[in-house]
Amino acid sequence: MAEPYQHKIANALGDPKLQLAIYSATGRLADGRRRTVSTEAFPDYQELRQHAHEIKKHTLNHLDFYLQELERNVEARGGRVIWARDGQEARAFIRNLARERATNLIVKSKSMTTEEIHLNEHLAQDGIEAVETDLGEYILQLAGEKPFHIIAPALHKTREDIAHLFERRLHAAHETTPERLTAIARAALREKFLEAGIGITGANFLVADSGMVVLVENEGNARLSCSAPRIHVAVSGIEKVIPRAQDLGVFLNLLGRSATGQPLSVYTSFLSGPRREGELDGPEEFYLVLLDNGRTKVLADAEKRQSLYCIRCGACLNNCPVYRKIGGYSYPWVYSGPIGKILTPQFMGVHQDPWLPFASSLCGACAEVCPVKIEIPKILLALRAEITEAGIQKGGMVEKLAFRMWAWLMRHPRIYERVAPVAAAAASRLPRAGPLKAWLSQRDLPPLARRSFRQLWRERRK
Amino acid sequence: MPRVSLFVTCIVDQVFPQVGLAMAGVLDRAGCEIEFREAQTCCGQPAFNSGYRREARTVAEYFLQVFEDADYIVVPSGSCASMIAHHYAELFDAGDTRIAGLASRVWEFSRFLVDVLHVEDVGARLERVATYHDGCHALREMRTKEAPRRLLEHVRGLRLAEMDAAEECCGFGGTFSVKFPEVSGGMARTKIDSILRSGAEIVVSTDSSCLMQIQGVLSRAGTGVRTMHLAEVLDSR
Repeated sequence: MAEPYQHKIANALGDPKLQLAIYSATGRLADGRRRTVSTEAFPDYQELRQHAHEIKKHTLNHLDFYLQELERNVEARGGRVIWARDGQEARAFIRNLARERATNLIVKSKSMTTEEIHLNEHLAQDGIEAVETDLGEYILQLAGEKPFHIIAPALHKTREDIAHLFERRLHAAHETTPERLTAIARAALREKFLEAGIGITGANFLVADSGMVVLVENEGNARLSCSAPRIHVAVSGIEKVIPRAQDLGVFLNLLGRSATGQPLSVYTSFLSGPRREGELDGPEEFYLVLLDNGRTKVLADAEKRQSLYCIRCGACLNNCPVYRKIGGYSYPWVYSGPIGKILTPQFMGVHQDPWLPFASSLCGACAEVCPVKIEIPKILLALRAEITEAGIQKGGMVEKLAFRMWAWLMRHPRIYERVAPVAAAAASRLPRAGPLKAWLSQRDLPPLARRSFRQLWRERRK
Repeated sequence: MPRVSLFVTCIVDQVFPQVGLAMAGVLDRAGCEIEFREAQTCCGQPAFNSGYRREARTVAEYFLQVFEDADYIVVPSGSCASMIAHHYAELFDAGDTRIAGLASRVWEFSRFLVDVLHVEDVGARLERVATYHDGCHALREMRTKEAPRRLLEHVRGLRLAEMDAAEECCGFGGTFSVKFPEVSGGMARTKIDSILRSGAEIVVSTDSSCLMQIQGVLSRAGTGVRTMHLAEVLDSR
């Protein structure tokens, strides 16, 4: 494994306070989900999951068609669509827009897509301040950190941590109740909302047949970000499109339940472009930045294409026993947990972090809770095969040779029967190294049986 | 009388042979005609899960050759049974006749008893408080949830005390356990916390690999809780 990640994992495992924070927060979210999707609470859940899977499958198989329909309908409502091949093109559009409209303050609501393209850092280099307005994201921005979790970005921060941070960065009084802490953030953010020239949001869904952006949130900051400033820019991956407004009935029913255990999130905004004549609110200008940034590469692979079905609910993280141990900062990219484990190698290439798809016990809890039924373990296995095929993982040559020998032995039962106990006996006398050492670092090992099953069976037959 | 061919997984063969014998004993008393094909070795899962598909395929081909004309193949492991029943399909062409109908012939031991033989009471007796660990592949890939519990409920003298995290992974994961030992060990320690909270004296499961991990951590922690494969419990009298 790459050194920096080994350290990050060790740090997370060695921090009891962090372990407790991750465990209790993800546990709460997972319990909430379990309650709201139970057969009693929501009898149609499994059928709805299958339906969501089919809609995503259909849409991604005809993505070109639906994206063009979306573009036509957005423009018919007076908005503009910007096609961005990568982060650089998306950032350039936003920077130029800010310059042309002479603003250097932007308010932002939570968006993993803008995290993916490091929008805030780049804008800051150009002298444009982008302020996160989701409470969790705001906390992290003040702390100079990245999201720890897809939907609960500051999950690892305790109230005490946040109190100190607000004291230090906002010169606020020491408050530790969630209500008072929220009030401090709200007061600071309200000024920014009123001053900002541009509001940037992500998009939970893009609706092709009505040219609509749908935003789901609990704090109301996304709604304010796209209505208080004069200009609204939504940045979205191209995979977020769904065909029809009526399909929202499927996805909205799944998203809140899967994410936080809410039948519906507190605010669901259906945004259809700039303010029209006679309307009282809404932005004067609306832009939709449609980002590829590697998505078409994933789309090209028929087997792994389903990775793009993800609606970013975070359920796979909350239910992943590995994420719950190592936390969000042990993963190489902004997308952590099981979904990150399959997205990162596909977006960045398998060469960058070849250890990542192996960091799973393949328990399948992720696939079980995924609202759009992405077969995450199956994709992990396919990625592992690509990596061993390319021979790029650490110790790959030795391992490949070992598996070749093993496969030969498994086809020669008589030799296997003689070799297995000898090999085991030899291993137990050798200095503890390799896999044996790794095993014993954590737990005891049972001794090999004196006689194998096949020997005992033979004796019994006599 | 159903004809049963035992697939005694490599880990049971080499490390826990008593599990294989117990399974044979239970199936025998349940009225099965049992055979053990000595040419058998492994299902190929270690190579498959590690990304070595070519090696996995050669071992899978060998398995299919050994068990070609077997009626029922019964396995003391949900994980190995799932490898054969579900994942072989990823190693062979869709139209390959060798894997056609495989899923209806390969059975995890507890579900074979309950769903094929319709047996829930095997006449076992064991005076213990037991908790049941759902092996991930048994649970999620082989739909083994009710069967082992029904069987345990019929064991005389045994009380089933469910743990709060029964469905959570023990952290074994094959080569994962040695590639990421600290993460795997951490997962196992979370698991045993739940086991200890249940107040059980023994941990029962359908998979020896999970039990090897759980036993290893229970023993390292110096607890007196022991692990038993479901077949061993059902063979107790």
